[in-house]
Amino acid sequence: MLAEFSLDNFIFLLEAAQWTLLLSVLAFVGGGIAGFIVALMRTSHIGALRVLSTVYIQIIQGTPVLIILFLSFYGLAIFGYKLPPMVAATIAMTIYSSAYLGEIWRGCIEAVPVQQWEASTALAMTRWQQLRYVILPQAVRISLPPTVGFLVQIVKNTSIASIIGLVELAQAGKLVSNATFQPFLVFPIVAGIYFVFCYPLSRFSFALERKLHAHR
Amino acid sequence: MHYDFQFAFIFQHLDQLLVGALLTIRLSALSMICGLAVGIFGAIISIHGSAPARFAVTSYVELIRSTPFLVQLFIIFFGLPSIGVQVDANIAALVAMTVNLGAYSTEIVRAGMMAIHPSQIEAAQALAMTRGQVIRHVVLTPALEKVYPALASQFTLMMLASSIVSAISAEELTATANLLDAETFRSFEIYLVVMVLYILLALLFRLAFWLIGLVVFKRRRRLGVARPRRM
Repeated sequence: MLAEFSLDNFIFLLEAAQWTLLLSVLAFVGGGIAGFIVALMRTSHIGALRVLSTVYIQIIQGTPVLIILFLSFYGLAIFGYKLPPMVAATIAMTIYSSAYLGEIWRGCIEAVPVQQWEASTALAMTRWQQLRYVILPQAVRISLPPTVGFLVQIVKNTSIASIIGLVELAQAGKLVSNATFQPFLVFPIVAGIYFVFCYPLSRFSFALERKLHAHR
Repeated sequence: MHYDFQFAFIFQHLDQLLVGALLTIRLSALSMICGLAVGIFGAIISIHGSAPARFAVTSYVELIRSTPFLVQLFIIFFGLPSIGVQVDANIAALVAMTVNLGAYSTEIVRAGMMAIHPSQIEAAQALAMTRGQVIRHVVLTPALEKVYPALASQFTLMMLASSIVSAISAEELTATANLLDAETFRSFEIYLVVMVLYILLALLFRLAFWLIGLVVFKRRRRLGVARPRRM
């Protein structure tokens, strides 16, 4: 007996959407911390760190998120940890975001005019002082629009975690669709919920970009 | 815990994986051609079309860009049969990839067309070129040259995202790996090998785009080259 799509189903979708949001936040925080280290390594004056971070970015950016997800899911399992899909998804999304955010932020650090480096060198600042007081405050400003833009990618890519069985929004949509057999209704609703998350973010990113250019 | 890595059996099944990779390449290449066509068409409408047509294109672009590819795939694969259109998994995958890539391409090509200086168009009009000629020779061709790197990186991202179509068991590389995994339970080794295959595919695509760029856009070195757009 098939049930019609009801308010209960909709509430179930919204509850699952909380996992989507939680996973997005965890991926952004984890990916942000790791990505910041990657960006610093990419712009380091130590050659070995630059090579290491470049190889890392090339590998991660050349691999589909789904494969990273499978590797973290099954990789943890062979070391004897049977972890819930949420943990594997968080690890995979963190690795994925760290490579992209690292590369975005490298661009932002390099976008700070070289004279700023020269001037702070002339003031006898150490490299850390230069980064801390001169370069990063300017780089952060430049990085805001692309970072918010990348948040949209993170939210959308959390849907891939449904493939390893995490009941987030996309997976919940599949469950409801199987129960009600109204995929042409359920999936557009799911898409609508994603749209409500993502569209404001991308408008915000666009607005930030315009504001930033107006100041120049 | 001790774990014995075994890769030998994968090389016995390497031919299966390569067949899967071939489908990945075919799906990606086809969706790029169709997606670029949609993109050019969409970009021209979003600049020259009537108000309702422009609104339709903008809605299409924003809707696709703000929803996950997986959900778009589900709407096409599970949704269409419920209104009486039966679709094969591979066809559904191709359609979803084209629809997705079309939206991103529209946005990229449009940005390129907007970047053409108005004086170029005025000069072309002064030479009595028709509207179609202006769009084709003066706006579109240089615009495509300018945004070619951005398009190429979007295309490569689509190739990687095509792994998601394994969710509806279109038999590309990832789905083949899933199948092999179900037979042997050597998940980690299989996906490591598949990861290497995807990295090789990404390099192959980059090489191909570079060569295509050399052949198609001979003038590119003399133009300002657009920076690739980051996802």
